[in-house]
Amino acid sequence: MKNVNNIDEIRKIIGQHKRWDLIFVIAGIFALMIAVLTFMALFAHMLVDGMPRLSWEFFTSFPSRRAESAGILSAWVGTTLVMLVTALAAVPLGIGSGIYLEEYAPKNLITEIIEINVTNLAGVPSIIYGLLALGLFVYQFGFGQSILAAGLALALLILPVVVVATREAIRSIPVAIREGAYALGATKWQTVFDHLLPYSSAGILTGVIIGLARAIGETAPIITIGALTFIAFLPPAPVKNEFPYVSFEWLTAPFTVMPIQMFNWVSRPEEAFQLNAAAAGLVLVVMTLAMNGLAIYLRYRMRKNIKW
Amino acid sequence: MAAESPDHMTDPGKLGYSIRRHLHERFIEVLLFLSAVLSVAIMLAIIVMLVKESVVFFQHVSLWDFLTDTQWTPLFDDAHYGILPLVAGTVVSSLIALLVALPLGTIIAIYLSEFAPFTIREISKPFLELLGGIPTVVYGYFALLFVTPMLQIIFPELPGFNLLSAGLVMGIMIIPYVSSMTEDAMRAVPMNLREGSYAMGATRLQTAIRVVMPAAFSGIAAAYILGISRAVGETMVVAIAAGMQPNLTWNPMEPAATITAYIVQVSLGDLPHGSIGYQTIFAAGLTLLILTLIFNIIGHLLRKRYREIY
Repeated sequence: MKNVNNIDEIRKIIGQHKRWDLIFVIAGIFALMIAVLTFMALFAHMLVDGMPRLSWEFFTSFPSRRAESAGILSAWVGTTLVMLVTALAAVPLGIGSGIYLEEYAPKNLITEIIEINVTNLAGVPSIIYGLLALGLFVYQFGFGQSILAAGLALALLILPVVVVATREAIRSIPVAIREGAYALGATKWQTVFDHLLPYSSAGILTGVIIGLARAIGETAPIITIGALTFIAFLPPAPVKNEFPYVSFEWLTAPFTVMPIQMFNWVSRPEEAFQLNAAAAGLVLVVMTLAMNGLAIYLRYRMRKNIKW
Repeated sequence: MAAESPDHMTDPGKLGYSIRRHLHERFIEVLLFLSAVLSVAIMLAIIVMLVKESVVFFQHVSLWDFLTDTQWTPLFDDAHYGILPLVAGTVVSSLIALLVALPLGTIIAIYLSEFAPFTIREISKPFLELLGGIPTVVYGYFALLFVTPMLQIIFPELPGFNLLSAGLVMGIMIIPYVSSMTEDAMRAVPMNLREGSYAMGATRLQTAIRVVMPAAFSGIAAAYILGISRAVGETMVVAIAAGMQPNLTWNPMEPAATITAYIVQVSLGDLPHGSIGYQTIFAAGLTLLILTLIFNIIGHLLRKRYREIY
């Protein structure tokens, strides 16, 4: 430390330090701006290229060799069905696992292993889940390159998201609620089902939406399964005319999804197909932004409304 | 009260109810336990699946060749199985991404946590979160059709597929993960540490860098490690924008393939189940999993070693 006894020198040092503060604020805003501007550029670029292609026909046509008449019908139907499987598999398992870890689990080695595992699973690259699904679901279980295999692969991928969201939502409920229920003679499950689950539903829903938004955009695991990119037909309808009226044939049908369709169009050299890719990307981005936005809004509402 | 025995000891109907209720509770607990154990089963399944197929692969190819051969051409007639070109592609693209994501992510985190007024923070956080939710295939499109042409204005000799643009876009993509975790770690540092520092006459920047960041070190390390494993495991951006040609190079201006891009390339073709080509993707996947596990373990150790408790 320099020995400063001159008031001017002290003022100079203070001025210097304040300047560094200011420089850093500018750097911070600059760094934020890079993120913002990139997003703007990405969105604007897709909008300019893709907007002219967006029409009713684009949503109701199958992919085609001719870029002008190609559409995303099989892709969005496939995405919807795959997401249905993913949600049906990941939501009950994730919530059950979250409840167990938060309310039931004794403090022992098994619990600790499970907890470390959930954290590790969240760090496993998504393409590895694709390899697991390829080996296990497609060949070992014989599901083939089907909607079922893809939906389950994505379910495994988002499972940690649902588990963590469930745990956080349940943990924020005060102990007094549980004690109140026990005092009235409720069993553990009655307490969980009638009190903890309803009170944490908004938080769990937020996690589920964020997970599904991630699953919608995931491309790598579905490519690994070997999903076809040229699908000019729809999977069999889930509802039939004759008894028993519901059919599960669609589960084993070949399919394509939005990100795969987009990837397919991006990797073609013709510019006309890249315009299609921009349009498909626009639909995809709007879908994920809407879902994430809904999740953020729900969380905001929750933070505002709940005062324990 | 004490003299009367509880109802269910005397009334057989109530005893049945009590037993049923107990069994019901146990049944549900077992169900919940099974769903929790599933995560361990998934991890084991991943490891077993990758190791099982890799073992068959390594019966054809020696581990030494795998680690030292400088060519990766498993689908050619003259097949070489050296993982080095793929590892080099992964390292170069990840390094570029991290050179973008770690400094920018850290600066944004410090700014939002220590400097930014309330409104800017409340607007920026959800915005960054939205940015992190954009599908990677869209970022790949952006890298190939926007960033690469832009870079070609500056470097006219840059090929259409290159690691540089893929790495840059990957970096932007990872910023939200790094910044949000780093900021959470910094905001968890108790206020009185900052107040102590201010009371000594330190400025905000000095406090942020010399007091808050060291105190939040374990959380920041975790954020960086997450950023690294995301960069290493990222697939679609490199598959679209960097080309899928395995190429042993450390030059970011060249096209190259990463481990993940190779898996995509093979999956796009129609390789028969059980062929050597099919097994190569599992060997590549195992390499990738080991790389990310190493980073995760380092992160875990750092967190343990430097965790500060207040």
